[in-house]
Amino acid sequence: MATETLDTPAPETPLVKKKFSNSTFMRLVRYTALRLVTLAITVTVAVYLTILIANMGGYVDTIMRNEARDNITQSIASNPAYRNLAPAVREKLLQEKIAAEVERLGLNQPFAVRSFRYLTNALTLNLGRSIRMTSNAGSKEVRLILLERLPATLLLSGTSELFLFFASVFIALSLSRKYGSWLDKLTIALSPTSAAPPWFYGIFFILIFAAIFRVLPFGGLVDSPPPVNKVAYGLNVLKHLILPGMSVIVSSIFLSIYNWRTFFLIYSTEDYVEMAKAKGLPPRDVERRYILRPTLPTIITNFALLVITLWTGFTITETVFGWPGLGITLYHAIGYYDTPVIVGSTIIYAYLLALTVFLLDFVYALVDPRVKVGSGNSQ
Amino acid sequence: MTKLKGWFRALLRFPSAVMGLAIIAFLLGVSAYALITIPYSEAVRLWRGGEDVWYKNPKYAAPSWYNFFTSKKLPLSFVVDTADGSMSKIVTSNDPNISTVDMTYSFDYTYDGFPDEMILYFTPTIVQKFPFVSVSWLTPDGRKIRIADMAVGGNSTFRFSQDPKLGTRLNTDKVMQALFADPKADPKATTPTPLKGTYQLVISGTTFDKGSDIAAQFVFQGKLFGLAGTDKYRRDLMLPLLYGTPIALAFGLLAALGTSLVTMIIAAIGTWYGGWVDELIQRITEVNLVLPFLAILIMVGQFYSRSIWLMLGVAILLSIFSGSIKTYRSIFLQSKESSYIEAARAYGASSSRIIFSYLIPRMVPLLIPALVTSVPSFVFLEASLAVLGLGDPVLPTWGKVINDAWADGALYQGRYYWVLEPAVLLMITGFGFALLGFALDRIFNPRLRDI
Repeated sequence: MATETLDTPAPETPLVKKKFSNSTFMRLVRYTALRLVTLAITVTVAVYLTILIANMGGYVDTIMRNEARDNITQSIASNPAYRNLAPAVREKLLQEKIAAEVERLGLNQPFAVRSFRYLTNALTLNLGRSIRMTSNAGSKEVRLILLERLPATLLLSGTSELFLFFASVFIALSLSRKYGSWLDKLTIALSPTSAAPPWFYGIFFILIFAAIFRVLPFGGLVDSPPPVNKVAYGLNVLKHLILPGMSVIVSSIFLSIYNWRTFFLIYSTEDYVEMAKAKGLPPRDVERRYILRPTLPTIITNFALLVITLWTGFTITETVFGWPGLGITLYHAIGYYDTPVIVGSTIIYAYLLALTVFLLDFVYALVDPRVKVGSGNSQ
Repeated sequence: MTKLKGWFRALLRFPSAVMGLAIIAFLLGVSAYALITIPYSEAVRLWRGGEDVWYKNPKYAAPSWYNFFTSKKLPLSFVVDTADGSMSKIVTSNDPNISTVDMTYSFDYTYDGFPDEMILYFTPTIVQKFPFVSVSWLTPDGRKIRIADMAVGGNSTFRFSQDPKLGTRLNTDKVMQALFADPKADPKATTPTPLKGTYQLVISGTTFDKGSDIAAQFVFQGKLFGLAGTDKYRRDLMLPLLYGTPIALAFGLLAALGTSLVTMIIAAIGTWYGGWVDELIQRITEVNLVLPFLAILIMVGQFYSRSIWLMLGVAILLSIFSGSIKTYRSIFLQSKESSYIEAARAYGASSSRIIFSYLIPRMVPLLIPALVTSVPSFVFLEASLAVLGLGDPVLPTWGKVINDAWADGALYQGRYYWVLEPAVLLMITGFGFALLGFALDRIFNPRLRDI
């Protein structure tokens, strides 16, 4: 088995060993680079699709045209130099300026050409300017508005997803050991609760902990006014994190535990596990080296899929909790009809998803012996 | 057929499956009831109709079962009418032209709160002269309060707490409290206590022409209304709760069915033909993984239409190339090599015949649990879209109710019923399908049978 050779290297000559590790590293690099290139292509296609969907009804064009018209009409009306012009002359000037602006924006080019310009803009995160929304610093750059909100989303998703991952894997392991106990049965009975999305549990948690018992805040990132002290600030953020984090965790933990417990149970009937047990290895070693280690790549793939579905869920969870992340920005953008922000968020989400896929692919490469040894073509 | 019966019998051995089936049957019953009793156009009218449809309902009224949970009982709303005989009406006449119309209604008031408003609607039949009415109020302790005297010149409305004359006469701006309060209660108490007992509303009308008549309707707007309560716009929440059921089920079932069937067909085609077809399908799956599902739906809802059917179509399209295509693919790869497919190939079966008659039917046992378990996620998706304000603009749905409640800060204001009713229904639906799906998974997935 590949893991065995890696964990306890056979007594080989140092030269051979060095060559082996070198090639392992090279394989890792090659694998990672290949994944990066594939993902880059994937993201490009995804972003282009987003642009196509956003533009199919010609909505974005209309909005841009109207915006150009408004801006120019405004600037001509407010410019004292044009005040004494005759209406007809002024009208002509207006039309000319609008035509020039449309030309500058490239709106008179065919869509096929324009869409590729939009694509390069989107890929370089040049997301344009918002219509109504501003960042906290007052900028109207969509990129700045979105990047400003990113840390809050990452904080919420990062903590809850990491907790979810480790908690469910370890609880599942211990449950598979106590297979058939009442705790095990309880988890099976509770697993249908994962049918509901996080925001749904959020409503109940707000109702119980904020509205009735008044122990935790209704929502937001910090109290208003925020504490001055850095430690107090951090603790305050943590207090606000409890309910949204708990909603995310509760909404998927039982199903993950159930799935992984079943998975471990199926694996623990494999012959080599039976043999390890028969050899008299301690149960912890059996679990760690004979069950967890070979199943790790699968666990990570499953986790990647879970994280990807969770990303979607955060939009509404953030909205319900007033958590100032990307999701609530998207929600506000819907309310304001702020097209650039909506399209921009979609693109940022696509990037985040790709990043998630890449990170998990990388971890996958680290744990999957097939990548290191180079046998077989792992997906 | 016997196979189907066998599956069903196996299903009944699981208590969770029985519960799930019972829940789904209940929901189907509610849907059928809603669709039969309220036609589509009527549902839309009742939901989007405007003030004139809902004017008789109290605002923000909790459901009537709220009184089970509180020690302070709140008044229930009711409507009585002389037209249907729920309010008594006696016409006496001593003169060929002049007749008196006595309309009275007595009711027991045993609640601990005050009502929101009382309204009288008069519908006169005018020949020449306007009929005249005088309204008085009899309290349980024998007081008689004069409410109003007026000529009824056409359909008219009398709102007790908005009548300036009555307010002045009672010397208060809280007419409801003045009419229902116990005058002997502790004067130092900050909130007045209502006097319990039988109240009587007496309307004595006089008509001055032969053939002239008056009909009256008494609307009592308490703090509680119906079995579901009302919202900010006085809409009866029973309508969206009832009518949301068929919509949620239709959305969930259609989306689940569409997604799983198309996914399976595409996976089968990809595996059967292999080569670039398979490669293309795999690449599309990878792109789809990176496409943000909800954000795209939001864009479509914002830029094109918020119609629930368009959303359904887009949701299906985006869910086709999901992770499950890989699962199906790996299973199809195995069955592609099996001998019965080889036999089919040997006697010259066409590709479409092999795909649709031999490959896909074998997958049905895997398809059914996946289909049933994916229903809740689509039901919740519809609700999620509504919560984001992208619900169908005309249809009364559960998500719409949650969205309205949320926008109005229902949880901050303590109007829990408004959020809880649709949420509990959503939860029941999700649970029903999830329970059934889990049981089906255990029946059809032999690897899980012993675990």
